[in-house]
Amino acid sequence: MRERQASRNARRAREFEAFVAGAAGRLMHAATLLTAEPPDDNPRARRLLTAALAHTYALWDRLHGEDPYDRTRQYLAVRFARGAWHQYGGLGRPRPRGRPDSTLRHLTPQERLILVLRMYEGVAEEQAAALLGLPTERVRAICARAMATLLHPPREAAPPIAKVVPS
Amino acid sequence: MSPVNRREAEVRRILEEPQPSVPPDLYAEAVRRGGRMLRRRTVARRLMWLVLLAAVVAFVVWLSVAQPWVEPPSETTPPLTGW
Repeated sequence: MRERQASRNARRAREFEAFVAGAAGRLMHAATLLTAEPPDDNPRARRLLTAALAHTYALWDRLHGEDPYDRTRQYLAVRFARGAWHQYGGLGRPRPRGRPDSTLRHLTPQERLILVLRMYEGVAEEQAAALLGLPTERVRAICARAMATLLHPPREAAPPIAKVVPS
Repeated sequence: MSPVNRREAEVRRILEEPQPSVPPDLYAEAVRRGGRMLRRRTVARRLMWLVLLAAVVAFVVWLSVAQPWVEPPSETTPPLTGW
Protein backbone atom coordinates (compact mmCIF):
# COMPACT_ATOMS: atom_id res chain seq x y z
CA MET A 1 0.00 0.00 0.00
CA ARG A 2 2.70 2.42 1.10
CA GLU A 3 4.95 1.37 -1.77
CA ARG A 4 2.19 1.89 -4.27
CA GLN A 5 1.57 5.35 -2.84
CA ALA A 6 5.27 6.19 -3.10
CA SER A 7 5.52 5.00 -6.69
CA ARG A 8 2.42 6.98 -7.59
CA ASN A 9 3.90 10.10 -6.00
CA ALA A 10 7.13 9.63 -7.93
CA ARG A 11 5.29 9.12 -11.19
CA ARG A 12 3.12 12.16 -10.61
CA ALA A 13 6.14 14.31 -9.81
CA ARG A 14 7.92 13.11 -12.95
CA GLU A 15 4.99 13.70 -15.26
CA PHE A 16 4.17 17.02 -13.69
CA GLU A 17 7.75 18.22 -14.05
CA ALA A 18 7.71 17.38 -17.75
CA PHE A 19 4.39 19.19 -18.12
CA VAL A 20 5.66 22.31 -16.35
CA ALA A 21 8.86 22.32 -18.37
CA GLY A 22 6.83 22.25 -21.57
CA ALA A 23 3.92 24.51 -20.72
CA ALA A 24 5.16 27.03 -18.18
CA GLY A 25 6.54 29.50 -20.71
CA ARG A 26 3.32 29.82 -22.64
CA LEU A 27 1.14 29.89 -19.52
CA MET A 28 3.39 32.49 -17.93
CA HIS A 29 3.01 34.68 -20.99
CA ALA A 30 -0.77 34.26 -20.96
CA ALA A 31 -0.94 35.11 -17.25
CA THR A 32 1.20 38.19 -17.77
CA LEU A 33 -1.08 39.32 -20.59
CA LEU A 34 -4.10 38.83 -18.33
CA THR A 35 -2.75 40.91 -15.49
CA ALA A 36 -1.39 43.56 -17.90
CA GLU A 37 1.93 43.63 -16.11
CA PRO A 38 5.26 44.29 -17.82
CA PRO A 39 7.06 41.04 -18.74
CA ASP A 40 9.98 41.62 -16.40
CA ASP A 41 7.95 42.55 -13.31
CA ASN A 42 4.88 40.36 -12.98
CA PRO A 43 4.28 39.28 -9.37
CA ARG A 44 0.54 38.96 -9.81
CA ALA A 45 0.85 36.77 -12.90
CA ARG A 46 3.31 34.56 -11.04
CA ARG A 47 0.96 34.14 -8.11
CA LEU A 48 -1.89 33.34 -10.48
CA LEU A 49 0.12 30.76 -12.40
CA THR A 50 1.55 29.14 -9.26
CA ALA A 51 -1.96 28.69 -7.89
CA ALA A 52 -3.18 27.23 -11.18
CA LEU A 53 -0.25 24.81 -11.42
CA ALA A 54 -0.69 23.74 -7.80
CA HIS A 55 -4.33 23.01 -8.57
CA THR A 56 -3.33 20.94 -11.59
CA TYR A 57 -0.78 19.03 -9.49
CA ALA A 58 -3.41 18.25 -6.90
CA LEU A 59 -5.81 16.73 -9.44
CA TRP A 60 -3.12 15.09 -11.55
CA ASP A 61 -4.14 11.54 -10.55
CA ARG A 62 -7.77 12.21 -11.42
CA LEU A 63 -7.25 13.73 -14.86
CA HIS A 64 -8.21 10.47 -16.64
CA GLY A 65 -6.71 11.41 -19.96
CA GLU A 66 -7.87 15.04 -19.90
CA ASP A 67 -5.41 17.63 -21.12
CA PRO A 68 -3.60 19.13 -18.10
CA TYR A 69 -2.78 22.26 -20.12
CA ASP A 70 -6.47 22.79 -20.77
CA ARG A 71 -7.34 22.35 -17.10
CA THR A 72 -4.62 24.73 -15.99
CA ARG A 73 -5.78 27.33 -18.50
CA GLN A 74 -9.38 26.98 -17.35
CA TYR A 75 -8.43 27.38 -13.73
CA LEU A 76 -6.23 30.36 -14.58
CA ALA A 77 -9.05 32.07 -16.46
CA VAL A 78 -11.69 31.43 -13.83
CA ARG A 79 -9.45 32.48 -10.98
CA PHE A 80 -8.48 35.65 -12.83
CA ALA A 81 -12.13 36.45 -13.53
CA ARG A 82 -13.02 35.93 -9.88
CA GLY A 83 -10.04 37.98 -8.70
CA ALA A 84 -10.93 40.81 -11.05
CA TRP A 85 -14.48 40.68 -9.75
CA HIS A 86 -13.38 41.00 -6.14
CA GLN A 87 -10.72 43.56 -6.80
CA TYR A 88 -12.55 45.91 -9.09
CA GLY A 89 -16.18 45.23 -8.26
CA GLY A 90 -17.16 43.76 -11.61
CA LEU A 91 -15.37 42.55 -14.70
CA GLY A 92 -16.62 45.20 -17.08
CA ARG A 93 -15.56 48.31 -15.23
CA PRO A 94 -12.86 50.12 -17.09
CA ARG A 95 -11.65 52.14 -14.10
CA PRO A 96 -8.36 50.52 -13.08
CA ARG A 97 -5.97 50.57 -16.00
CA GLY A 98 -3.01 48.27 -16.38
CA ARG A 99 0.54 49.39 -15.82
CA PRO A 100 1.61 52.11 -18.25
CA ASP A 101 4.29 49.99 -19.94
CA SER A 102 2.04 47.06 -20.76
CA THR A 103 0.68 46.29 -24.21
CA LEU A 104 -2.86 45.70 -23.00
CA ARG A 105 -3.12 48.69 -20.68
CA HIS A 106 -6.16 50.16 -22.41
CA LEU A 107 -8.32 47.07 -22.00
CA THR A 108 -10.56 46.12 -19.11
CA PRO A 109 -9.83 42.85 -17.27
CA GLN A 110 -12.72 41.14 -19.04
CA GLU A 111 -11.57 42.32 -22.46
CA ARG A 112 -8.06 41.08 -21.70
CA LEU A 113 -9.37 37.73 -20.51
CA ILE A 114 -11.47 37.12 -23.61
CA LEU A 115 -8.81 38.44 -25.96
CA VAL A 116 -6.16 36.18 -24.46
CA LEU A 117 -8.44 33.14 -24.50
CA ARG A 118 -9.59 33.71 -28.07
CA MET A 119 -6.57 35.17 -29.83
CA TYR A 120 -3.54 34.01 -27.85
CA GLU A 121 -4.77 30.59 -26.70
CA GLY A 122 -7.07 29.97 -29.64
CA VAL A 123 -10.01 28.78 -27.53
CA ALA A 124 -13.25 28.54 -29.52
CA GLU A 125 -15.91 31.17 -28.91
CA GLU A 126 -18.38 28.64 -27.53
CA GLN A 127 -15.86 27.21 -25.10
CA ALA A 128 -14.79 30.61 -23.85
CA ALA A 129 -18.44 31.58 -23.40
CA ALA A 130 -19.20 28.39 -21.48
CA LEU A 131 -16.14 28.84 -19.31
CA LEU A 132 -17.07 32.39 -18.32
CA GLY A 133 -20.83 31.87 -18.23
CA LEU A 134 -21.55 34.44 -20.94
CA PRO A 135 -23.60 34.22 -24.14
CA THR A 136 -21.54 33.52 -27.26
CA GLU A 137 -22.62 36.78 -28.91
CA ARG A 138 -21.36 38.71 -25.94
CA VAL A 139 -17.98 37.02 -26.13
CA ARG A 140 -17.79 37.85 -29.82
CA ALA A 141 -18.70 41.49 -29.20
CA ILE A 142 -16.22 41.90 -26.36
CA CYS A 143 -13.49 40.27 -28.43
CA ALA A 144 -14.17 42.60 -31.36
CA ARG A 145 -14.11 45.62 -29.07
CA ALA A 146 -10.89 44.48 -27.45
CA MET A 147 -9.26 43.98 -30.85
CA ALA A 148 -10.36 47.41 -31.99
CA THR A 149 -8.99 49.01 -28.83
CA LEU A 150 -5.72 47.12 -29.16
CA LEU A 151 -5.19 48.04 -32.81
CA HIS A 152 -6.25 51.66 -32.40
CA PRO A 153 -5.42 52.61 -28.82
CA PRO A 154 -7.12 55.77 -27.61
CA ARG A 155 -5.10 58.85 -26.90
CA GLU A 156 -4.07 59.29 -23.29
CA ALA A 157 -7.01 61.54 -22.54
CA ALA A 158 -10.21 59.85 -23.55
CA PRO A 159 -11.38 61.41 -26.82
CA PRO A 160 -14.69 63.27 -26.70
CA ILE A 161 -17.64 61.57 -28.27
CA ALA A 162 -17.43 62.12 -32.01
CA LYS A 163 -20.15 64.15 -33.63
CA VAL A 164 -22.49 62.22 -35.83
CA VAL A 165 -21.60 63.04 -39.39
CA PRO A 166 -24.56 62.98 -41.72
CA SER A 167 -23.83 60.60 -44.53
CA MET B 1 -6.21 37.64 -46.95
CA SER B 2 -9.44 39.17 -45.78
CA PRO B 3 -9.38 42.28 -43.59
CA VAL B 4 -10.71 40.30 -40.64
CA ASN B 5 -7.90 37.76 -40.92
CA ARG B 6 -5.36 40.53 -41.25
CA ARG B 7 -6.67 42.21 -38.12
CA GLU B 8 -6.55 38.91 -36.24
CA ALA B 9 -3.00 38.24 -37.40
CA GLU B 10 -2.00 41.72 -36.30
CA VAL B 11 -3.56 41.20 -32.85
CA ARG B 12 -1.84 37.83 -32.52
CA ARG B 13 1.47 39.43 -33.39
CA ILE B 14 0.98 42.10 -30.71
CA LEU B 15 0.06 39.47 -28.13
CA GLU B 16 3.08 37.31 -28.94
CA GLU B 17 5.57 40.10 -28.54
CA PRO B 18 6.90 40.45 -24.98
CA GLN B 19 8.06 37.11 -23.64
CA PRO B 20 8.25 36.99 -19.85
CA SER B 21 10.78 34.65 -18.30
CA VAL B 22 9.58 31.72 -16.22
CA PRO B 23 10.60 32.07 -12.56
CA PRO B 24 12.97 29.24 -11.59
CA ASP B 25 11.08 28.26 -8.43
CA LEU B 26 7.72 27.93 -10.17
CA TYR B 27 7.80 24.14 -10.32
CA ALA B 28 8.94 23.68 -6.72
CA GLU B 29 6.37 26.14 -5.40
CA ALA B 30 3.55 24.55 -7.39
CA VAL B 31 4.50 21.08 -6.16
CA ARG B 32 4.72 22.33 -2.58
CA ARG B 33 1.29 23.95 -2.66
CA GLY B 34 -0.28 21.16 -4.69
CA GLY B 35 1.15 18.55 -2.33
CA ARG B 36 -0.22 20.47 0.64
CA MET B 37 -3.65 20.50 -1.00
CA LEU B 38 -3.45 16.73 -1.56
CA ARG B 39 -2.40 16.05 2.03
CA ARG B 40 -5.19 18.23 3.38
CA ARG B 41 -7.70 16.43 1.23
CA THR B 42 -6.43 13.07 2.46
CA VAL B 43 -6.73 14.19 6.08
CA ALA B 44 -10.21 15.57 5.48
CA ARG B 45 -11.30 12.33 3.82
CA ARG B 46 -9.96 10.24 6.69
CA LEU B 47 -11.65 12.48 9.19
CA MET B 48 -14.94 12.11 7.34
CA TRP B 49 -14.71 8.32 7.37
CA LEU B 50 -13.82 8.38 11.06
CA VAL B 51 -16.85 10.51 11.91
CA LEU B 52 -19.07 8.28 9.79
CA LEU B 53 -17.74 5.16 11.52
CA ALA B 54 -18.22 6.70 14.96
CA ALA B 55 -21.79 7.64 14.05
CA VAL B 56 -22.56 4.09 12.89
CA VAL B 57 -21.07 2.59 16.06
CA ALA B 58 -23.02 5.01 18.26
CA PHE B 59 -26.22 4.19 16.41
CA VAL B 60 -25.71 0.43 16.80
CA VAL B 61 -24.98 0.83 20.51
CA TRP B 62 -28.10 2.92 20.96
CA LEU B 63 -30.15 0.33 19.05
CA SER B 64 -28.92 -2.50 21.27
CA VAL B 65 -29.64 -0.53 24.44
CA ALA B 66 -32.95 1.09 23.61
CA GLN B 67 -34.36 -1.64 21.32
CA PRO B 68 -36.92 0.67 19.73
CA TRP B 69 -38.59 -2.18 17.79
CA VAL B 70 -39.94 -3.75 21.00
CA GLU B 71 -43.51 -2.67 21.66
CA PRO B 72 -43.59 -0.60 24.86
CA PRO B 73 -45.91 -1.79 27.63
CA SER B 74 -49.27 -0.11 27.49
CA GLU B 75 -49.79 2.77 29.89
CA THR B 76 -53.37 3.86 29.16
CA THR B 77 -55.26 0.60 29.43
CA PRO B 78 -54.99 -1.05 32.86
CA PRO B 79 -53.75 -4.62 32.78
CA LEU B 80 -56.65 -7.04 32.41
CA THR B 81 -56.60 -9.28 35.46
CA GLY B 82 -59.02 -11.40 37.45
CA TRP B 83 -61.88 -12.35 35.11
